[in-house]
Amino acid sequence: MSKMTTILRLPSSPSNANSLLSRLYQSTPALLLPVIGLLMFLAIWNGVAKSIDTSLGQFPGPAQVFEQAGALIDEHIAQREKADAFYQRQEARNAARVAQDPTYQPKIREFTGAPTFFDQIWTSLYTVMVGFLIASVVAVPVGILCGLSKSAYTAINPLIQLFKPVSPLAWLPLVTMVVSALYVSDEPAFSKSFVTSAFTVSLCCLWPTLINTAVGVSNIDKDLINVSKVLRLTPFAHLTKIVLPSSIPMIFTGLRLSLGIGWMVLIAAEMLAQNPGLGKFVWDEFQNGSSESLARIMVAVLTIGAIGFVLDRLMLSIQRAVSWDKSSVLR
Amino acid sequence: MHTKHLELEQVGIDFPTPKGPFTALQDVNLKISKGEFVSLIGHSGCGKSTVLNIVAGLHQATTGGVILDGAEVKQPGPERAVVFQNHSLLPWLTVYKNVELAVKSTMRGKSKNEMRDWIMHNLELVHMTHALDKLPSEISGGMKQRVGIARALAMEPKVLLMDEPFGALDALTRAHLQDSLMEIHADLGNTVIMITHDVDEAVLLSDRIVMMNNGPAATIGEILDIELPRPRDRLALADNKQYNHYRHEVLTFLYDKQKKVETVSSRANQAPTTNKHSQQLAKPSGVSSEKKDAKKSDAA
Repeated sequence: MSKMTTILRLPSSPSNANSLLSRLYQSTPALLLPVIGLLMFLAIWNGVAKSIDTSLGQFPGPAQVFEQAGALIDEHIAQREKADAFYQRQEARNAARVAQDPTYQPKIREFTGAPTFFDQIWTSLYTVMVGFLIASVVAVPVGILCGLSKSAYTAINPLIQLFKPVSPLAWLPLVTMVVSALYVSDEPAFSKSFVTSAFTVSLCCLWPTLINTAVGVSNIDKDLINVSKVLRLTPFAHLTKIVLPSSIPMIFTGLRLSLGIGWMVLIAAEMLAQNPGLGKFVWDEFQNGSSESLARIMVAVLTIGAIGFVLDRLMLSIQRAVSWDKSSVLR
Repeated sequence: MHTKHLELEQVGIDFPTPKGPFTALQDVNLKISKGEFVSLIGHSGCGKSTVLNIVAGLHQATTGGVILDGAEVKQPGPERAVVFQNHSLLPWLTVYKNVELAVKSTMRGKSKNEMRDWIMHNLELVHMTHALDKLPSEISGGMKQRVGIARALAMEPKVLLMDEPFGALDALTRAHLQDSLMEIHADLGNTVIMITHDVDEAVLLSDRIVMMNNGPAATIGEILDIELPRPRDRLALADNKQYNHYRHEVLTFLYDKQKKVETVSSRANQAPTTNKHSQQLAKPSGVSSEKKDAKKSDAA
């Protein structure tokens, strides 16, 4: 952008006002086209929504959805205030009892109000990140192993091919039962539903990362491998100096695919298993069946999309930061 | 030519193919003395690169073997540094770091300052100290090859193996780098084996030119001693009778004795080579079939 303006400020555009105009004109398509697309979508949505009558009332248009988004924010703020008030009361009560009886051990009780939309967003985000991290920690090393060793690849490939096409939702009942059976502790650090969701996400995040890492590692330039051989690099140096840098782009392609799939699967898993999160919010609203439900579900749909987009951009900027090839076009 | 330094004895190699083993090289015998500059020349596909890779230890000979200073070559190592045709610098490391990697992995136990001095010394030899912090993608092809040579020299190799080091460069840059290489060779006195397609380059740089027969089962055809006094000057040599005689010898070998008849079966859709009178081999076809060669041997 700055480059463009300097070019435009060359003699061809003498006055400042002129250059500003031409700058606007130049950058118009880049700014305007997405806005046009968005407006067209809103118009079509608005038009179509009016002509759809469901048993829960008219399908919500942009206006109703916007209204419900506001309502959800208000509810969240109200719930927070309730929680704050609850903790204040509890503190005051405890202080009073301790004053009466110094030996009294005050009990701190958690606020048990229903989780709001934003609480659910946070739960989902947290779950997907944990599931994704577990999967990455497993998939990247195994992928590197498969890329480096043909025998390891031959041994593991049938498993990859067998489990890759399985919808993680098919795993969900099994994961739920296994977690219930094995994850027993008196004071669990995480709730069972969280562990189940995160594990289900992990199961589907594994494959894209694993496969892309293996492909990336096995496609390293033969000459670079020869360089490593001539230098007699230690296995560790070979890994850190040659293998990892050259396969970083493919690893990240896999990671981004994984995170995208993980986010999609998580919402479905939460709906199916009634585990807290955005999926549960959608399901609860659907079961609730009020006249506002559809608009609230639509808010959730748009939020899920926006978060998915932000997560992908986040991965992209990490990829940019760690990739050596700054000139490559990353999309 | 006095002491035995590097010996290739009865070297041959078979590559497995679906139709059974393919003998690419057979009975290659060569003795190279310390400090000698030897060029390997021959038509593309004759196994020059395979010879070099066997000396480097990147390929294992099926028969015979390579002996360097009394020890058999069994695996690649820094005492036989390779300068690859396409430079093969690590694209994520700067010029300095690329050489540093070589120094760090071959000169363990030296102090940081010693290492730094050694890296700088080698980059000075190739006149690349001005681009220490540049990535390979930010410098020209000739500069990359210079860094590749500096990296190889920094390993303090007994033998420097160069696989068409200047093949991908334009004529002017190539001449420049040839001059640099002559200077470095005069300074350091390394033993060098270089593969080339360029007759002028071979005559200008070498003490001996090893001309190879065409494959399959390629072997050494003729060896030509180049007894031109050093330092050599390309301008002065242009009209030198002896120089032109050597050139003529190599050209005769390549285009008369080993005239390559490309058959339709061996290379589909290509007319027989017509560059009989050209002074230099057609580069593009040479490059592409070298690549094929490399692939074939990779599969092995």
